Amino acid sequence: MSLILKLEIMLKRIFFSVFLLVIIAFFATSCGGEGVKKDQPAVDINELTKNQPETKGAEVKETDIQITHPLNKDWIASGKTIYELKCQPCHKLSEEKLVGPGWKEVTKRRTPVWIMNMITNTDYMLDKDPEAQKLLELCMVRMPNQNLTRDEARRVLEFQRNNDGEK
Amino acid sequence: MNTLSKLTAIATVALVTFMVGCKPRGAQSAVGGDAAQKTYVAPGKYDEFYDFVSGGFSGQMSVYGLPSGRLFRVIPVFSVDPEKGYGYSEETKAMLNTSHGYVPWDDLHHIALSETNGIQDGRWVFANGNNTPRIARVDLKTFRTAEILEIPNSAGNHSSPFITENSEYVVAGTRFSVPLDNANGDVPINTYKQNFKGTVSFVKVDTSGRMSIAFQIQTPGVNFDLARAGKGKSHGWVFFSCYNSEKANTLLEVNASQRDKDFIMCVNWKKAEEYVKAGKAEKRTVAYAHNVYNENRHSATSEIEKEVLVLDPKNCPDMVYFMPCPKSPHGCDTDPSGEYIVGSGKLAAVIPVFSFTKIQKAIADKNYDGDYDGIPVLKYESVLHGEVQKPGLGPLHTEFDADGNAYTSFFVSSEIVKWRLSDLKVLDRVPTYYSVGHLSVPGGPTRKPWGKYVIAYNKITKDRYLPTGPELAQSAQLYDISGEKMKLLLDFPTIGEPHYAEAIPADLIVKNSQKIYRIEDNQNPFAAKGDANARVERKGNEVHAYITAIRSHFTPDNIEGVKLGDVVYFHVTNLEQDWDIPHGFAVKGANNAELLIMPGETQTLAWKPDRVGVFPIYCTDFCSALHQEMQGYVRVSVPGSNVPITFSTGKNEPTGPIAQNK
Repeated sequence: MSLILKLEIMLKRIFFSVFLLVIIAFFATSCGGEGVKKDQPAVDINELTKNQPETKGAEVKETDIQITHPLNKDWIASGKTIYELKCQPCHKLSEEKLVGPGWKEVTKRRTPVWIMNMITNTDYMLDKDPEAQKLLELCMVRMPNQNLTRDEARRVLEFQRNNDGEK
Repeated sequence: MNTLSKLTAIATVALVTFMVGCKPRGAQSAVGGDAAQKTYVAPGKYDEFYDFVSGGFSGQMSVYGLPSGRLFRVIPVFSVDPEKGYGYSEETKAMLNTSHGYVPWDDLHHIALSETNGIQDGRWVFANGNNTPRIARVDLKTFRTAEILEIPNSAGNHSSPFITENSEYVVAGTRFSVPLDNANGDVPINTYKQNFKGTVSFVKVDTSGRMSIAFQIQTPGVNFDLARAGKGKSHGWVFFSCYNSEKANTLLEVNASQRDKDFIMCVNWKKAEEYVKAGKAEKRTVAYAHNVYNENRHSATSEIEKEVLVLDPKNCPDMVYFMPCPKSPHGCDTDPSGEYIVGSGKLAAVIPVFSFTKIQKAIADKNYDGDYDGIPVLKYESVLHGEVQKPGLGPLHTEFDADGNAYTSFFVSSEIVKWRLSDLKVLDRVPTYYSVGHLSVPGGPTRKPWGKYVIAYNKITKDRYLPTGPELAQSAQLYDISGEKMKLLLDFPTIGEPHYAEAIPADLIVKNSQKIYRIEDNQNPFAAKGDANARVERKGNEVHAYITAIRSHFTPDNIEGVKLGDVVYFHVTNLEQDWDIPHGFAVKGANNAELLIMPGETQTLAWKPDRVGVFPIYCTDFCSALHQEMQGYVRVSVPGSNVPITFSTGKNEPTGPIAQNK
């Protein structure tokens, strides 16, 4: 076979292969290339559900809380109402543990900022705070977030201070 | 073989593979190679659309995510749901009340999402009860049935609940014509032509969602099938398809298929409103139930309403017209512009497309082809935009995308056909598995279709899934319509028979979705807001137990003093205020169901003990590590026993000799 003939066959083959590849590319594209438009951003569930009745607190800082004397009588009263509605099933006012620890002396054992965070940032505390985690190991029930605002939590704290005999 | 030869061989094989891959071979072949990727929604990611799918003869509505086809929830609507206590709890029983009494089942066919300016707004979804005529409204904040309205002068509410573009009305056309409610119904069935009448009802939806029947229109005794409201230029009109213009009362399969054309009935509801205002409507005494669920009292009330206003087209000219449509029309769908009305004759070989502009002109020119029971019949040719020729066999329903294309389902030839509204050219067709009924494009019936997918709702699945005995799942199939060619991506089984469905972008719903019921707002008269209010009281032979539930105990959990012959009402209040923490409540031997109580909610289970003994109660919905401990006892004593009512939690320790023996 002459060199020219060989070259010609080779060229033909190359040409044919390229031709086939072009056709393959065409079919591959037409079979599955057009996709669902990806131009829409994904749904941001956290952003969308911000306006919910459920209150998840931002972390309470020590400077956010003022501890004053004498105790605020209105706060004690409304704190008691909130306690009876949302806390009493699990927390007694004595030292006795029910589902959670009894509240007697709680304001002596814990700082105000710890208590406020435990009430309004329950999940955060149970996941991060070593003391809260110790309590979870003891009680074996995750304290639920009972949907208190920061103001309501402060009133509950006042009620606890009163329960501990503060004036 | 040298490298080039190998390359050529590989390329040839690849080419053949791809070419074959493009050709539909059968049930499996139509799926594109990247279908899985397009429908895969990774763990923790959200679907783009909610899809509200009718549950057919299950009576319920199911909620799927698209494009994944994952089932999120089954909303109980017309049928009892023991899982959720729906129709069993004292608070929800009234939802299923009708003028026939308690009807715990229905046949839910069609879905209508609320609209503002012709665009889905995500407030409510409406559904029809086909058997005992009813319309339900589901609140999309809570995904619960908020209201059910019975329709009088109706027998089979099939042509419903199609909605107008500002949710002014949902409509209700009767499938069966019958002697109307206050006529003598004790007549021979073969006096159909004299005694049987149809009605279509216009149900007003106010800004709070509350429904009321504004008026009904009495019609000749035809069978109403489906409907669509006009939109844009045709806003103010509703188009109802109907069959049996022959007025047959037996063997309709043959006898109602005699005429070459049946009708689409065009109703000018703005005109009807004027006639009602002008006092042209007849006030008729009827009885129909109106059931409303109060979100603060967590309970339903049922009232029997007694009056309805009925318009007779004989006294109301220019309000109703008939438009001939070939062969028992089923679907009757208006395009996003409101200009085109697509009729689908179940037995027709063409799809007629009517023009709203031409309808208006034909009416103005009185271009009539006689009348039908005194109602003008518009001349077919004068209102026709054109016919889609040879589209397929058995056209049923049509939906639209935003680009001027229509998608029609074909039951007999099991396919979806894409065609263009402007020139009525068929553009593409894909097979369905099998026997598609309705189909749905997200936003397809509105002025603003979101497009992207078309979903086929199939009547028969045959060999699609693993067999499950004689009865098989129905199925939905998801097709990508973003390209020129439709492509099958996914199929998924559905709850009950899927009739119609509507899909809506998730973000229109998510932002309003409620997480809890605020305990402070709980106005259920039987709520125990806090343990101080937990108690048990006797009232004659009723014992009311006001119980609180929180992880993980009931207060009280020991109850004594119940006597055989008493009815015990367990009013259980879930004190949790955390998302996704319901508690359940069940008592041994109860002849109904469990309660499933959402955070902050109160629900009541009535229980009539049938024997003396100690009966356990427990929480049925896993709530914490100590969920299994969330239990208690009720003691039932003999009639006339002097055991006093007592109740406690954590206090009822043994006393007396047994305690001393420890």
